[in-house]
Amino acid sequence: MRPVSYSRVTDVATAIATVAADPTSAYLAGGTTKVDMLRIYAEPSQRLVDINDLPIDHIEVQPDGAVRLGGLARMNDVALAPVVVDRFPMLSEALLLGASAQLRNMASMGGNMLQRVRCSYFRDAEAICNKREPGTGCSAIAGVNRGHAVLGTSPHCIATHPSDAAVALVALDAMIHYQNSGGHHAVAIDDFFLLPGDTPEREHPLNHGDLITAIEVPALPAARNSLYLKVRDRESYEFALASAACALTVTDGTVSEVRLALGGVATKPWRARKAEHVLRGAPATRETFTRAAEAELADAVPQTMNAFKIELARRTIVRALETLTARGGAV
Amino acid sequence: MSTAIGRPLDRVDGPAKVTGAGRYSAEIALPGLAHAVLVTSRVPSGRVELLDTYDAERAEGVLAVLHHLNLPKGGSVPPLLPSLFGGPASGQTFFPMQDEVIHYAGQHLAMVVAETLDQAEHAARLVRVTYQETASITTVEQGRDRAYEPEKIFAGFMPGRTTRGDAAAALDRAQVTVENTYHCAANHHNPIECSATTAVWEGDRLTLYDGTQGPNATLHTVAELLNVMPSHIRVVTNHVGGSFGCKAMIWDHPALAALAARAVHRPVRLALSREQMFSSVGHREEQEQRLTLGADRDGRLTAIRHHKLSPTSHFDDWAEPSLGVASQMYACPNYEGVYHLIKANTMTPTFTRCPGEASGMFVMETAMDELAEKLDLDPLELRLRNYAENEPTTGHPWSSKGLRDCYRRGAELARWSERDPRPGTVRDGNWLLGWGMASSAYPVTPPGGPQRARARIFADGSAVVQSSFADFGTGSATAMTQVAADGLGLPLERVRVQYGDSDLPNTAAAVGSAGAGMVSAAVHIAATALRDQLIAQAVADERSPLHGADPRQVVVGDGRMALRDRPGTGETYAELLQRSFMADAEALGTWNPPGMETRAASMTFGAQFAQVAVDPELGLCRVRQLIGVFDPGRVLNRKTAHSQLMGGMLWGMSHALLEGTIMGPDGRWANASLGEYLVPVNADAPDVLIETIETTDTVVNPLGVKGVGEVGMVGTAAAIANAIWHATGRRHHKLPITVEDLL
Repeated sequence: MRPVSYSRVTDVATAIATVAADPTSAYLAGGTTKVDMLRIYAEPSQRLVDINDLPIDHIEVQPDGAVRLGGLARMNDVALAPVVVDRFPMLSEALLLGASAQLRNMASMGGNMLQRVRCSYFRDAEAICNKREPGTGCSAIAGVNRGHAVLGTSPHCIATHPSDAAVALVALDAMIHYQNSGGHHAVAIDDFFLLPGDTPEREHPLNHGDLITAIEVPALPAARNSLYLKVRDRESYEFALASAACALTVTDGTVSEVRLALGGVATKPWRARKAEHVLRGAPATRETFTRAAEAELADAVPQTMNAFKIELARRTIVRALETLTARGGAV
Repeated sequence: MSTAIGRPLDRVDGPAKVTGAGRYSAEIALPGLAHAVLVTSRVPSGRVELLDTYDAERAEGVLAVLHHLNLPKGGSVPPLLPSLFGGPASGQTFFPMQDEVIHYAGQHLAMVVAETLDQAEHAARLVRVTYQETASITTVEQGRDRAYEPEKIFAGFMPGRTTRGDAAAALDRAQVTVENTYHCAANHHNPIECSATTAVWEGDRLTLYDGTQGPNATLHTVAELLNVMPSHIRVVTNHVGGSFGCKAMIWDHPALAALAARAVHRPVRLALSREQMFSSVGHREEQEQRLTLGADRDGRLTAIRHHKLSPTSHFDDWAEPSLGVASQMYACPNYEGVYHLIKANTMTPTFTRCPGEASGMFVMETAMDELAEKLDLDPLELRLRNYAENEPTTGHPWSSKGLRDCYRRGAELARWSERDPRPGTVRDGNWLLGWGMASSAYPVTPPGGPQRARARIFADGSAVVQSSFADFGTGSATAMTQVAADGLGLPLERVRVQYGDSDLPNTAAAVGSAGAGMVSAAVHIAATALRDQLIAQAVADERSPLHGADPRQVVVGDGRMALRDRPGTGETYAELLQRSFMADAEALGTWNPPGMETRAASMTFGAQFAQVAVDPELGLCRVRQLIGVFDPGRVLNRKTAHSQLMGGMLWGMSHALLEGTIMGPDGRWANASLGEYLVPVNADAPDVLIETIETTDTVVNPLGVKGVGEVGMVGTAAAIANAIWHATGRRHHKLPITVEDLL
């Protein structure tokens, strides 16, 4: 392992000042990805600033019904918080279907948003990769790409965004709160995750030293009837081949409210706005659901090994909608 | 008198393992220990143009950077011989770092030795290799046109072509045929403990702490590679964290560790990384099989034609014998089995649990299911109609065969007779349910030479039994304690088994499911020899209550020798030894195994049944139940035997649905990590029901142990694939069967 230095901070201002002052430094929260990446030389940090003592790990209910998740709140704590389980079951399920219990006890919500892709070429420090070394090329396009994305890809990068939780948060229109020497800022989560385009090294708008302090999930009554459906090769401890975070309200047989986002198939947590557009106001039938799924995947681009994901994503959408309809999305 | 054998005794090495007190080969703490890290080839074919070690040599803590230009030359590479023969057992006839030629990606090019592991890893990253890359072949598809028919495979021990009768003519005449081409992905063993060796020189004497299935295999292989006398090498194997065949043969790392230790004049530990495990210790090769079955309308097989095509290394004609057990399973007069190989940019593949049996029986048993469907016959009935009363290739009788009972009991447990034979008829919500079955069999292969153990009893009546075998997680140390206790007539708590050290009496590597049979033979013979020696001493001793008795009428229990008819007359071992002023007594036991020619007629058989649930819309398959009934001969320890069978069946499930190493277009394994090479998690594990039918086998070895190490995995993948057909009506001719296949 490359030699790194390590320090611990106890307040947000010091944390930001310390990291901002040293371009070779990085925050260390749960460390569940960062340390792995350091060990395989896929991450260049030379200095780790441990922020686990910062007081930003709370889960708070706001007066307007929104829930504020601290940047250092642990995945398991959020997943099991009664307010999340009751009001946002899709988020609780997405968290619990991610990683393993041990990792969820360590991993932070802020870190989850910033986790790096699982593309094996990105993680192979000696492979060509535009995300790691801009302008060198993408090994995955001509390589082993069964797990790669079919939506939001570019000729420069096809890596799938790995997070489950972020998919649910995108469906819920969450806000990412972050702080830097200039003060507090917030950005809508759908704007937080960037498409690779011709700058795949840029995954979010944060600058070096910016620190995610909270994720705010606005109140959404419809989310009480929501789910996260994850299709993967094994039952646990594995990333999605396709997933759907979905909230649905059906009134008199018609879709009155819907939120839908996809995971496992796109370069960012994928809000399925085209599908939502087809669904809203349409009869809650399999025919509508299929049409919505087809609309969302119409622009999908298959790679050599992952064409099946397009059909799988369609079927995942339909199954999620049918399940919620049957479960009592009708009012 | 048998009281301990068969009991579900807890593992004697369990507490040391779960508390962390047990030291594995990469945990041996030695003063002055240095660490070696390998630098491996990024390209599959070509030459090293430049190996720039400037920065690495100057990095903090670095003691040496060794490579083809400065590594001292040693002895010669021994021929590729299975370690069951007891001699040198090099995994491939190639030793790295001798020249600049690159034969496969991951080939070991250099070795950095440093004070700490982190320093060695970092310096290894600083070695810059410039390659002159040439075109490569790494897959069946790329090499199909260059295939050849080898004269021999499997280290020269099996013919490349086997025939009986006239398969072509019989297929022409067959009333019903089934013909398919099957593809099986490459597999890697992935034990939790990565291979590691710690090497220590004291003068010209070498001690190796090595994670291996055979300490003596390491000893003999390293002796030849380094040209050191075997008498000057000791191999210690305290604990091994799993192997599954990747530690059955001896690869280059033990010798490299010794070379590194000699170079820096310090003890050196060489531990492979998980990624390096994918190209350092062999694998199960990617393979294509083509199988044609011919039968008459009553379902009697008239012909089997079975061909296999697979890549091997530049050095060795290796194919796992996928045609072997499949050719011995059913009575059939006409047979043709042919191996085809492709010289490819790969290391030599190796034994991987059920080497050949798992892949070959997947093909045979799914084809039998298709044949049953074509004939409108129950799949189990089809198998009974082709039951091999004798071994089909030689006509010899089986040493024992309880397969009929396995079928009957398995069918009972699976409620097979209640199964609706039509596919796709049973639904549970979004899931389609299906039931499938398959036969299992695994050969009993005797080791190549005598197996030895030593039994020593002390004057207090406690005993130690010594033999060099390694326990690599199978439970052999526990089972041997039971065998020793019964042989000596001592309670379990008075017996300790000492093992995992080449200085102890010789055994071959415990491979091919042969370990329990061959080591128990040696331990049993040693223990009973010592018992008989003490009985003989007692009946000859005027001071003994047993004086003058017929030794055949003396029995031993709880450490006391007594007359069979008059249990009141007798004395303990301790009384005899103490009275005779003997601190101890000992005996050597040697088992001379039957010759290789008898092996064809000995197999462990079994029957497997699987229930699966398939969600065809989402491409998901979940195994709900696995049932296995086996006839392993004598069971030494019910708990460890069942654990072996269960582990085998779960790996069979994994073989069916998860495991596959993918070759990238760059000629490198693309998923060389446990994050991407998927093995099942607990949530994937179904209810596994196992029963054993104990058969008496007087041929295989003194205790009639046929072995359970691998047979559990044979047939599982087929039973699952057959169940998937029953659930969905679709056949799958590849492994693993994944989401995209099921959609």
